[in-house]
Amino acid sequence: MALTDLANPSRFLSFANRAIPWLGGFTVIVLAFGLNQAMSAPNDYQQGDTVKIMYLHVPSAWLSMLAWAVMSVAALGTLVWRHPLADVAAKAAAPIGAAFALLCLITGSLWGRPEWGTYWVWDARLTSELVLFLLYLGVIALWRTVEDPARAARAAAILTLVGAIDLPIIKFSVVWWNTLHQGSSFGLTGSTIYPTMLIPLLIMAVAFTLLFATLHLAAMRNEILRRRVRTQRLMQASTAN
Amino acid sequence: METINHLPFIVGSYAAALIIVGGLVAWIALDFRAQRRALADLELRGQTRRSAGPRQQRPMEEVKEKA
Repeated sequence: MALTDLANPSRFLSFANRAIPWLGGFTVIVLAFGLNQAMSAPNDYQQGDTVKIMYLHVPSAWLSMLAWAVMSVAALGTLVWRHPLADVAAKAAAPIGAAFALLCLITGSLWGRPEWGTYWVWDARLTSELVLFLLYLGVIALWRTVEDPARAARAAAILTLVGAIDLPIIKFSVVWWNTLHQGSSFGLTGSTIYPTMLIPLLIMAVAFTLLFATLHLAAMRNEILRRRVRTQRLMQASTAN
Repeated sequence: METINHLPFIVGSYAAALIIVGGLVAWIALDFRAQRRALADLELRGQTRRSAGPRQQRPMEEVKEKA
């Protein structure tokens, strides 16, 4: 099956029905392996055992940004090609991205208290991540407010593309401003994290990415079914009148 | 900085992850069941997709099996 075939909702549903159990099973295996590696990784010489929070916090932060990037690509599909599956992809990704952004904020706060002595500071990294979470809530609210899915999709797509400005701000906030949050541990030349901690972190990042892929596929399937229900109810109402 | 017992922060983080991810999985699974039930209900009333064309109303057992 060619990738373009998946642009057809019926073929996409058939693909999703077959892929979700396999992808879900693989996600569980990688996640279990990642958690095992994270728990057996050594403690940091400065942070002690609180470094265990990193294995949740960093993948959540990555995923919160990846979900918005996926929504931005889908938003282009909505505005340029007006493809309904692009609307479906964008709408399905929003609650998942919001959940990961919330998890990033909670774990960051719980990590901050023992390390910085405070749950929250209004520094650029923390604030820009909070803005991303609020943007997710805004997009979800927009989808729920506008009844016609096509109109809602266009409005949400514009907000998504405007909100995409926040992604480089989050990424480079620790470079552009003086923040309490530490600088980036990943660069073009490699990572400053010791391999015994880096490998479990990368496994957890892969596991979270697989989790996102599984949940996104399942949420897209739900959205396609919801649209079918809506269309059939409208048809039923028009035949009744 | 005062000495803090780290365990509650670590356990709290993993508990938050369990609740948020578990809630997300449960919400998506329940939503899937609700949509399938709604489609089966519509099919029971003889309402089918435009592309499927008009169909005869099917017996309850057959629709339930399909759902």
